[in-house]
Amino acid sequence: MLKKYFKSSLTATFLLMALLNAFNTKAQSIADEVNSVHGYFQIDAQYYKQDTLIGAPIVPEKMLSNAFGNINYTKGKFSAGVRYEAYNNVMQGFDSRYKGQGITNRFARYQDELLDITVGNIYEQFGSGLLFRTYYEPGLLFDNSLDGIRVISNPYKGFTFKGLVGKQRSFFTLGPGIVRGFDGEWNINETFDTLLQNIKTKVILGGSFVSKNQADEDPDFVLPENVGAYGGRMNIIRGGFNFFAEYVQKENDPSLANNAVVGGKSYYSYQQGDAMFFSTSYATKGFSILLQGKRIDNMSFRSDRDATLQNLLINYLPATTKQHTYLLPAYSPYATQPTGEVGGMAEIQFKVPKGSVLGGKYGMDITLNASQANLLKPININDSTTTSKLYRTNYEEFGGELYHDFFIEVTKKFSKKFKGTFMYANQFNNINIVQHNTPKGPYGNVLSHIEVIDLTYKYKANSAIRMELQGMQRDNSDTLNLGSWVVGLLEWTPNTHFFVAAIDQYNYGNPVELLKLHYVYFSAGYTNGPHRISLSYGKQRAGIFCVGGVCRTVPASNGFAISITSSF
Amino acid sequence: MKKIILALLVVTAFAFTSSRGDGDKIPAITVKKLDGSKISTGTFANGGKPIIISFWATWCKPCKKELDAIQENYADWTKETGVKLIAISIDDARSAGKVVTDVKSKGWEYEVYIDENSDFKRAMNVNNVPHTFLVDGSGKIVWSHNSYTEGDEEKLYENVKKLAKGEALSH
Repeated sequence: MLKKYFKSSLTATFLLMALLNAFNTKAQSIADEVNSVHGYFQIDAQYYKQDTLIGAPIVPEKMLSNAFGNINYTKGKFSAGVRYEAYNNVMQGFDSRYKGQGITNRFARYQDELLDITVGNIYEQFGSGLLFRTYYEPGLLFDNSLDGIRVISNPYKGFTFKGLVGKQRSFFTLGPGIVRGFDGEWNINETFDTLLQNIKTKVILGGSFVSKNQADEDPDFVLPENVGAYGGRMNIIRGGFNFFAEYVQKENDPSLANNAVVGGKSYYSYQQGDAMFFSTSYATKGFSILLQGKRIDNMSFRSDRDATLQNLLINYLPATTKQHTYLLPAYSPYATQPTGEVGGMAEIQFKVPKGSVLGGKYGMDITLNASQANLLKPININDSTTTSKLYRTNYEEFGGELYHDFFIEVTKKFSKKFKGTFMYANQFNNINIVQHNTPKGPYGNVLSHIEVIDLTYKYKANSAIRMELQGMQRDNSDTLNLGSWVVGLLEWTPNTHFFVAAIDQYNYGNPVELLKLHYVYFSAGYTNGPHRISLSYGKQRAGIFCVGGVCRTVPASNGFAISITSSF
Repeated sequence: MKKIILALLVVTAFAFTSSRGDGDKIPAITVKKLDGSKISTGTFANGGKPIIISFWATWCKPCKKELDAIQENYADWTKETGVKLIAISIDDARSAGKVVTDVKSKGWEYEVYIDENSDFKRAMNVNNVPHTFLVDGSGKIVWSHNSYTEGDEEKLYENVKKLAKGEALSH
């Protein structure tokens, strides 16, 4: 049924595009407007070898591949697009429900100054996403697009209204629930532009309502078929100051994700949910300070009450911790706990000016960051009837520590040819909850001290050698969390087209003598304009890979991989 | 399955037959200014001079290296060719608040916009950041480059100079 649906929709989109293309050749000379077809492709494939020592499993297919192609057509105020995805079979570390191939995204859109209408797969975000965000992240195979209709209107200056309805993508099908949403935003300064033109303070207000509908087929429980969620936000800006805050609430929404266990028995939780997020900053040339905070209580919001992991999420709960890019600081990343957490982050960045003692000839950049996340402190109400609340929380009390990260980074250019980055991080991670979602699991808490030195020597205008040295000291008697690591990386870019790199990750602190292993990995790549091909060979440790706030676990692997990306 | 591949091939063929020789205009997508108000990317202009559009994110190390490297010579670049750099941040709600603090503390003098749910990124077919585009004086996209390695900014500037003089570009 669904295949048929995708095929017919593809034919329709294709015909529409062909028609418009034929039409546009006539109109081309008349209007000086956008008229283009563009796209991009990505193909990843890996050949897997079993390696019992590092824990790389047997892959029966030997080779696995992920591929997708995206094509967009734009003609003046009209645009349309399709995406084809193929997993034969899906690579290790991704959800195995991505199986086979097909058209997974197609849309048509018309927009002018007053109205903007889209049909098909829609990506949209209300406010900071606490109530609604659909997006696509190919690196994680995350796609929760809404297949439906969206209308955006700007009826009067300063006002934007959005309305949408549809079902969400779930692998190669759609989720069971209907999602409906409405969002309004008012930029006060734009509405009263003549009256307020001398006022330096800018204020933007917004509000959203999102509701999902799913039939109750449970024989035992009376489950709400419609679940509403609503909230408001404001953004105030004056000079270098910026303040954003959003608060949302969700009606009772019993689901697998908020399943509560009371006295050894599992109950659907009819608890309401709420979330608060704020971000405030002051920035001036050469100095900035950022404060972020959030509190989340029972805010897993999905268009299927039985969905798990990253499937069919309607909202997005941003993590307020430092996003790391180096390997070892990103070894144990933090992921937002939708059932309940409170957390925050403070960051100061400044530039030591040129010509000062520390700054030298080129100046020096310093970043200080501290972030923390704790559980909430739920107090059981001890009402074992499943029709009411199970717990209450308050804003003053926090539960146990989930994560912290104290971080300092210094970047300095020593000469025209030589520059370096130096960082230190002190990280705490409650691995049981943050990574395994098992509060009483065996993994325990891990404290890590992490250092990174990253040096670049640019020996010719287009040629450079880069070296990274990283260390992470942890409890070396901890058999589950593998103890300490050291990483060395050497990268050579002889010109702007090629790169060659070698990396060795050494688990010298593994409590098991036999498992004190080197994971050596080589890679090389070629880039030409928008085209890029890279090859790699070697051993990769098991790990967690995150983009934005979403993470996936990747098992250890040993083998050869190729990746091609291209856009036109 | 065969039908799908055939359809894709045909659509791709359309891509190459449509007039791409002179490049295409920037698609009109709504992005956010640092003051929270909205602007259409269709209004990007630089008075007949070239524009560099650079997609970046606060968590992307190579992106920031590239923008730092350009900043060192940006005053000379603008003086010599009149070029303007527009930096498009693809940071989502988690890090969008960090865009303004990064830009100011690094002292970047670019025009910066936030593409919070990647609408412009998708319309420009950007897969990974950094991804850099060159737009000519008439507003047409004439060159693009994915990723950053040391020295890429010099190559970019060679092309900006060629563009300002009306010469053919190289990759």
